[in-house]
Amino acid sequence: MAIMVRIPTPLRRFTNGSDEVGTAGSTIGAVVDNLEQSFPGIKDRLCDEEGRVRRFVNIYVNGDDIRFLSNLDTPVKDGDEVSIVPAIAGG
Amino acid sequence: MQASSGIAEPHDSAAPTPESPRPARAHSVLDLVGQTPLVEIARLAHSFRTREGKAISPNVRLYAKLEGLNPGGSVKDRPALWMIRAGLRTGKLVSGKTILDSTSGNTGIALAMIGAALGYPVELVMPANVSRERKRIISAYGARIRYSDPLEGSDGAIRVCRQVLAEAPERYFKPDQYFNPQNPQAHYESTGPEIWRATGGSVTHFLAGIGTGGTVMGTGRYLKERHPQVQVIAVEPDDALHGLEGLKHMASSIVPGIYHEQELDRKIGVGTDDAYETVYRLGAEEGLVVGQSSGAALWAALHVAAEVDQGVIVVIFPDFGDKYLSTNLWLGWRDWHESLRRRA
Repeated sequence: MAIMVRIPTPLRRFTNGSDEVGTAGSTIGAVVDNLEQSFPGIKDRLCDEEGRVRRFVNIYVNGDDIRFLSNLDTPVKDGDEVSIVPAIAGG
Repeated sequence: MQASSGIAEPHDSAAPTPESPRPARAHSVLDLVGQTPLVEIARLAHSFRTREGKAISPNVRLYAKLEGLNPGGSVKDRPALWMIRAGLRTGKLVSGKTILDSTSGNTGIALAMIGAALGYPVELVMPANVSRERKRIISAYGARIRYSDPLEGSDGAIRVCRQVLAEAPERYFKPDQYFNPQNPQAHYESTGPEIWRATGGSVTHFLAGIGTGGTVMGTGRYLKERHPQVQVIAVEPDDALHGLEGLKHMASSIVPGIYHEQELDRKIGVGTDDAYETVYRLGAEEGLVVGQSSGAALWAALHVAAEVDQGVIVVIFPDFGDKYLSTNLWLGWRDWHESLRRRA
């Protein structure tokens, strides 16, 4: 069993069009690093130069915003669902 | 409105258009749509420097058109009103029908307001992640909201809306802001003439963000008809994943039918962080708390202003910032403010 990550439309060009990908990791930070291994370039879209989640990106673990948990240190386990949601709704 | 003495001389072809100020007493809230003022962005323009250190010439004047002063709080009151009036005129919107559309917010607010004022029910499809304030305002106007998947963005809302319509086409009137020619027409008939009049025909550059493209297309078309040398510049996010609510990154979006890129002189991509910082500066240095699309448009306008020796630049500020106070726009404000304090 893996951690499933839901990918928003603007990032699917990195995931060959997939709206959901399986990955591993014990924290959100590790999940993001593993996504970068599989889909080079995606981390730069999610995190700024200092490694923090960009302020227009929201990441949820089972529906909870990691900003209200422990940000990139938020623990995750197999079976969790991680959603990457743009902070805005588009045009 | 008279052009202030600081504005450059009108173009030769400028013929004044008749004044029609906002009424002091109105029969309906709908009579208050349009006739928004220009305000000069002087302090920020004076202190602005490009990354290469270039300043803006004192012969360049930069004005923002404050669309937040429309009764629904945004530029979208104009296209919404034009589309609804056209629906009534052509008999497509009749008693018993519901107004239906997909929107990320401001058009929804405008349609909800107009529907309430005219007595038509309104149903809107929007991504579930639009700001809480927008959802509440729309509900306050009595409109019904259907939420679409936030991961699919505004294109997801467009698709859900098409499904809802396909299931019961006889029930609905869909203004369809992305394809309705009344959207740019509203700006051709109102925003464009207002800018021409307010600048005494001296406008040299016009900038607006692209959401549907209605503002930049319609206003630009009018201004170019009055004077073909007016530069019409569209502003868009610099990447598909961005934080500029209301704006569309064209290369990765369903391209609106009303959007014709060949009519533009130029398109400028703006980064989310640059736009947010411009919003913070507008609050602290100009006394204008606006939305992120205004910050993006002004960032682009400041760079255009630094390129020219003289000119009158008009940029659209689509709304004020009160609808975004709960959003990620303000996440970085404290850091920014802190960094300013340290520098001082």
